[in-house]
Amino acid sequence: MIAFNKYYNKFNILSVSLVVVSLLLLTFKGLNFGIDFKGGTLIELRASESKINVSSLRDNLNQMNLGDVSVKKFGNETDFLIKFENNDNKNVIEEIKTNLDKSFGNNFNFRRVENVGPKVSEELLKSGIIAISVALILMLIYIWIRFEWQFSLGAILALFHDVIVTLGLFSLLGLEINLSIIAAVLTIVGYSMNDTVVIFDRVRENLRKYSDIKIFELTNISINETLSRTLITSITTLLALLSIFFFGGEILRGFSLAMIFGVIFGTYSSIYIANTVLVRLRVSQKTVLKEDGSN
Amino acid sequence: MLYFSKLRIVFVSLISLIFILIASSNLFKFSNDLLNKKINLGLDLQGGSYLLLEIDNSPVVEQKLQNLTITIKNYFKEKNIRINNLKISNQELSFTVDNQFKQTVLDEFNDEESNLNPYYPRFKSHQLNIEEKNDLLIVNYSKQGLVELKTSSQDQALEIVRRRIDEIGTNEPNILKRGNDRILVELPGLDDPMRIKSLLGKTANLTFRFVASNTEDSFGTEKLKYEDSSEESVVSKRIILSGDNLLDAQPRMNNETNETVVSFTLDRVGAKRFGKATSTGIGKQLAIVLDGKIISAPVIRDTIASGSGQISGGFTFQSATDLALLLRSGALPAPLNIIEERTVGPDLGQDSINAGMIALAIGFALVILFIFIKYKIFGLITNIALIINLFLLIGVLTIFEATLTLPGIAGIILTVGMAVDANVLIFERIKEELKDEKNNLIAFDSGYTKSRTAILDANITTLIAAIILFFMGSGPIKGFSLTLGIGIFTTLFSVYFIARLLTVLYVAKNKQKEGLI
Repeated sequence: MIAFNKYYNKFNILSVSLVVVSLLLLTFKGLNFGIDFKGGTLIELRASESKINVSSLRDNLNQMNLGDVSVKKFGNETDFLIKFENNDNKNVIEEIKTNLDKSFGNNFNFRRVENVGPKVSEELLKSGIIAISVALILMLIYIWIRFEWQFSLGAILALFHDVIVTLGLFSLLGLEINLSIIAAVLTIVGYSMNDTVVIFDRVRENLRKYSDIKIFELTNISINETLSRTLITSITTLLALLSIFFFGGEILRGFSLAMIFGVIFGTYSSIYIANTVLVRLRVSQKTVLKEDGSN
Repeated sequence: MLYFSKLRIVFVSLISLIFILIASSNLFKFSNDLLNKKINLGLDLQGGSYLLLEIDNSPVVEQKLQNLTITIKNYFKEKNIRINNLKISNQELSFTVDNQFKQTVLDEFNDEESNLNPYYPRFKSHQLNIEEKNDLLIVNYSKQGLVELKTSSQDQALEIVRRRIDEIGTNEPNILKRGNDRILVELPGLDDPMRIKSLLGKTANLTFRFVASNTEDSFGTEKLKYEDSSEESVVSKRIILSGDNLLDAQPRMNNETNETVVSFTLDRVGAKRFGKATSTGIGKQLAIVLDGKIISAPVIRDTIASGSGQISGGFTFQSATDLALLLRSGALPAPLNIIEERTVGPDLGQDSINAGMIALAIGFALVILFIFIKYKIFGLITNIALIINLFLLIGVLTIFEATLTLPGIAGIILTVGMAVDANVLIFERIKEELKDEKNNLIAFDSGYTKSRTAILDANITTLIAAIILFFMGSGPIKGFSLTLGIGIFTTLFSVYFIARLLTVLYVAKNKQKEGLI
């Protein structure tokens, strides 16, 4: 049996610091919102001429008065991603096409064009925030129905931890937040909850079974009993996610990366946050028996 | 728990078989209609354009208020009340009236029976609001009146958008209402939306008006620019003919001038008016105005009574074709703005499909290998259930002819990764039970029973996330929530019917064997 409980305090300090650092990052550095939430235009280009590079493209586009243009390589050597802020010009894409063809010859394939107006991006951001909030609230209601309040608190704290730290990491690394990241965060919420609930189920079962074991020990027993399941499921999920990350193409990379972070944090938090909350609230056999009696 | 009746075995095998057939119908052609269904590919996989259009209703409101000025004037004239200082600004109509009549005017507007200001009993609201501000009376659209106006202009716009897109002939366009002032257009397989965008961006409001003899801007005339030059002309506001009177419009080659023109045919009313105007106006210039710009202003040489004519204006064949198309499909009630556009080229779509399939194959192979190494014979059972699960998932998507997107493929891969969880929970529980219980059957039975709540909990939490995503997400993300959500049900089926059936069959044959799992 691994003595997870020996490190409860240390990891709690770590988690609190991680959350604080993440919140600071989110407040001061902020998130790198993509065009979905900030508005603007995105163009994915493929050049058939290998001489074309980021700086020559950037120089060319900078002459067009597009405002702040970002040009990046996108996966392949010949693939580029161009982004710029909202522009009143309705024909801007056509003009870019003409301009690039004039400067570099007819060597471009416009693989993807996305244009999100300011009103739409505002709405998307709002609905993204609402979606995550609604998910958290529904999870809260669900766990509140299923478990005693101490358990609910533990699970929700673990959930907030996972969401905040994942977003904090995205802020730290400057990774782009777009619609698929919202999908990833919601899936993380589901996954983290799932992981916590499985351990909690066992804690409750053991609380009923043993009246003489303190919660500090009891959580450790429960974590160990469910450990191989926790690990196997995390591994298979990570295997699936890693294969999306490496082979699923450039578009799914951000999504799978967020999910990978989320699964790791989710697994960690169900052990080191959810359970320590039970310990700190001195949950005992009485907690679960009282509930059974009142039902 | 561990007992399967013969009937159930047949049932489970049959369902699995049917779904394998349905799922494989995506690859082969079946003559049977039920089997010949296919998963739709989302725009991000097959390539195509997604356009979100917003109707700019402010010109409509202005126009309606403009019409209202005449109505109000005439309405109160009959009652011997003079309306003065009619003015429209900021979507509001203001006027003054002698103090003694003020109350009468207000009453007329607020009368539920009045023809002047329609009343909607269902919403307990008038179409227009009226209020007193200093000496002015101010009329504007009520909330309900605005909703009414928006809905009707959305209906008209939708019809016109559909006609324009149908005329171009793209395959299976999807044109839907969004809210009360937006229209969503999905155009699969279209890799350059430029032409459609420019066609949808034009209101196509065509009018024939006389060029005014005086060159100064005065009452009843306005200064308009020419389409192809910066020149201006002063044109009468009086409309002789509008696009509504057009029966047909076609691009033509004019043999005399060797120029591309748009020829048009008028309806009876239009032909009459056109005939009259051309007979009284010989020698005058007739301006053909499209969306506030003059296309051309030919001099009338002869009376045209045939009800058909030509528009010339330095067209290329393409621009003449487009103009004819716009005129045939009619004018939009209000300008449309493209507020969101997402276009994916067909080759990127194909690349995404390939990448998704490779990721699915590799992810699947890794999970299967890992589970087999971990659980041996029971790993094999889990894997068989997992493979059938995949067929079930694809089968359900096929039956509903659901739309598969790239995030949707990610959802399938993720389902593969998470689907083993239920079986892992069961097997780990059985292992624990076997520590105290020597009878394999009993241990397996209680393993299944005791793991059930955890499995349900785990799946409900994921389902909650999937449902929220389905209702909040758009396009590709909806596809993700769909596969994730359906994946939960197919997983539960494959775990509790297929994997359990195989487990039962195996355990029944090895009741006494030790270290079974």
